Amino acid sequence: MAKKVFEKGKMVPVPSHSIIPERDLYKSPILECSHLGIDFGGLAAVKDFNITVGRTEIAGLIGPNGAGKTTVFNLLTKVYHPTRGTILVDGMDTAGKTPAQVNRMGIARTFQNIRLFNNLSVEDNVKIGLHNQTRYNALSGILRLPNYWKQEKMAHESAMELLSIFDMQDLAGHKAGSLPYGAQRRLEIVRALATNPSLLLLDEPAAGMNPSETVELMENIVKIRDTFHIAIMLIEHDMNLVMGICEGICVLNFGQIIAKGTAEEIQNNPVVIEAYLGKQKEG
Amino acid sequence: MKNYFKNMKTITKVDYATYLGVIAAFVIVTLLQSAGMLTRSMTGMLVPICCYICMAVSLNLTVGILGELSLGHAGFMSVGAFSGVIVSMSLQSSVPNELVRLVLALVMGAILAAVVGFVVGIPVLRLRGDYLAIVTLAFGEIIKGIINCLLVGWDENGLHIALNIDGTKTMDSLHLGENSIQIIKGAQGAAGNHRIATFTAGFVLVMITLIIVLNLVRSRTGRAVMAIRDNRIAAESVGINVTKYKLIAFVTSAALAGASGALFGLNYSSVSADQFDFNTSILVLVYVVLGGLGNIWGSIIATVVLYVLPEALREFSDYRMLAYAVVLILVMLATNNECFKAALSRVIPKRRKGAAANG
Ligand SMILES: Nc1ncnc2c1ncn2[C@@H]1O[C@H](COP(=O)(O)OP(=O)(O)O)[C@@H](O)[C@H]1O
Ligand SMILES: [Mg+2]
Repeated sequence: MAKKVFEKGKMVPVPSHSIIPERDLYKSPILECSHLGIDFGGLAAVKDFNITVGRTEIAGLIGPNGAGKTTVFNLLTKVYHPTRGTILVDGMDTAGKTPAQVNRMGIARTFQNIRLFNNLSVEDNVKIGLHNQTRYNALSGILRLPNYWKQEKMAHESAMELLSIFDMQDLAGHKAGSLPYGAQRRLEIVRALATNPSLLLLDEPAAGMNPSETVELMENIVKIRDTFHIAIMLIEHDMNLVMGICEGICVLNFGQIIAKGTAEEIQNNPVVIEAYLGKQKEG
Repeated sequence: MKNYFKNMKTITKVDYATYLGVIAAFVIVTLLQSAGMLTRSMTGMLVPICCYICMAVSLNLTVGILGELSLGHAGFMSVGAFSGVIVSMSLQSSVPNELVRLVLALVMGAILAAVVGFVVGIPVLRLRGDYLAIVTLAFGEIIKGIINCLLVGWDENGLHIALNIDGTKTMDSLHLGENSIQIIKGAQGAAGNHRIATFTAGFVLVMITLIIVLNLVRSRTGRAVMAIRDNRIAAESVGINVTKYKLIAFVTSAALAGASGALFGLNYSSVSADQFDFNTSILVLVYVVLGGLGNIWGSIIATVVLYVLPEALREFSDYRMLAYAVVLILVMLATNNECFKAALSRVIPKRRKGAAANG
């Protein structure tokens, strides 16, 4: 089962970009989860979660509210420690690692409920993402040694370049907390990218965005994958976005994977349709 | 040059304005002093004001920049004061130069306070939640208790230290030899110090404190610290080692409090541990809160105004506390008020943009 999504890449119709789907098959996967699970007070929020994500794949994680999607991200980034199962990032086990260490291993993320450094400027938010790319210690900072100026200049340039992905250079001096909702979501992506990840996790990146913003975001997600050559895994309720750019999709319901496959397969899967319609009946 | 100033970030401008303000204040006060225009009581306040400015600025690093409540800042001041006095008195004969002795005392005060800060901080700052307030509150009381039963003397063989925990020991238990100096006498504290602290030294300490704190805040380290304050989970998610940066901020803050404590201790012929109690910690916290959390120049202004005010209001004895309360409110409005900041933004162009990074 774990291999399935991975091999499905072959069958995916080539998306709007030029990279061939087989591309990832000959490289080791960036993420491998096996039998991942967590209990909250005896209740299993996620059970037997298995997934493999290719080096430059865009993967989707969908499911009704409360299915456990965000919990999966929290497990991958060690905000929660799994009760069961293993997570391999680039072949290395993340057992016992802290969220900061997992980030340094190559996983960066955004949050469903935006978590920016609200009192700091947009530029500083990105520079904080560049924290581990900027190399000088507290003393060089206090004494403003030559290394400080060199590294700060580099950080400034990198920050501006990263902000330019979303055309946000002009907002650099603004307080992050004062940005409109959509811009805050984009800034979170930029900050995550600044940590130089090999796997980017996006938790509902299009939430609160209008349709034209969403289309733009879709293009940018693909652009990010193509320029940085990284894998992206996203949680999203906007089906146009998910079906439009995700090569492999994984459907979660009540903490369990109920289907995996390409957009077409997922759309026609009766189990998935039932899960969503059942949800509608309740709500 | 003009262009350079124009392109400079607003935060940088605010920092330079802070330095310039302190330098200008120092020059003016020195001129007034040499012209004999300062009363004795005013002159006597100069060094303590410098000490309290350093206390407030360093506490702002913990409370405003790191966002952790500390209720025992005076404890670090105490550690610095007594280690400074010990250094100064025991080196009296071997280092006759007062300036060198003062510098050594300040450095020692800073180092010891940093070590104590590390020991206090390391178990607490690893936890999530507001445990620091409780632990620092206890720390302030414990350090007072320890120093109150500390006996320290010096003779040719070096330092003699004893802890008078059961109340049976006296200075005699130290068995000091010839030419001895009794430095700390338990609850009586230290007496007979040479008053080697000067206003110039105070000014230099304020400048060093400002440079350390402001440069730290504007560096990668300071950004990491503010990131933890704004959102710990997000800070972790971008690879920041939360415990490490909390400790860096807290220990730096403690070290600066230690240095100002040493200067404070060496400004009086006697000091006792009771001078650095909970009330002192709260007093400094009031300066910081009224000056604005994370606002360094605000801390300076609030300290000066609130330190000088009770003295200046002595002649209006009946209305003194009333006026003090009014000024407290005014200072709070002036430093934390959005309207005031907006008014300021019209005077200093583009302040609004720069205010983002926490003046
Ligand atoms: N820290 C927690 N403690 C207890 N229950 C939790 C916790 N985090 C998530 N849950 C539960 O796990 C389930 C999945 O939540 P979540 O992952 O946020 O769903 P979604 O798929 O909408 O992102 C929910 O029932 C939620 O109440
Ligand atoms: Mg969610």
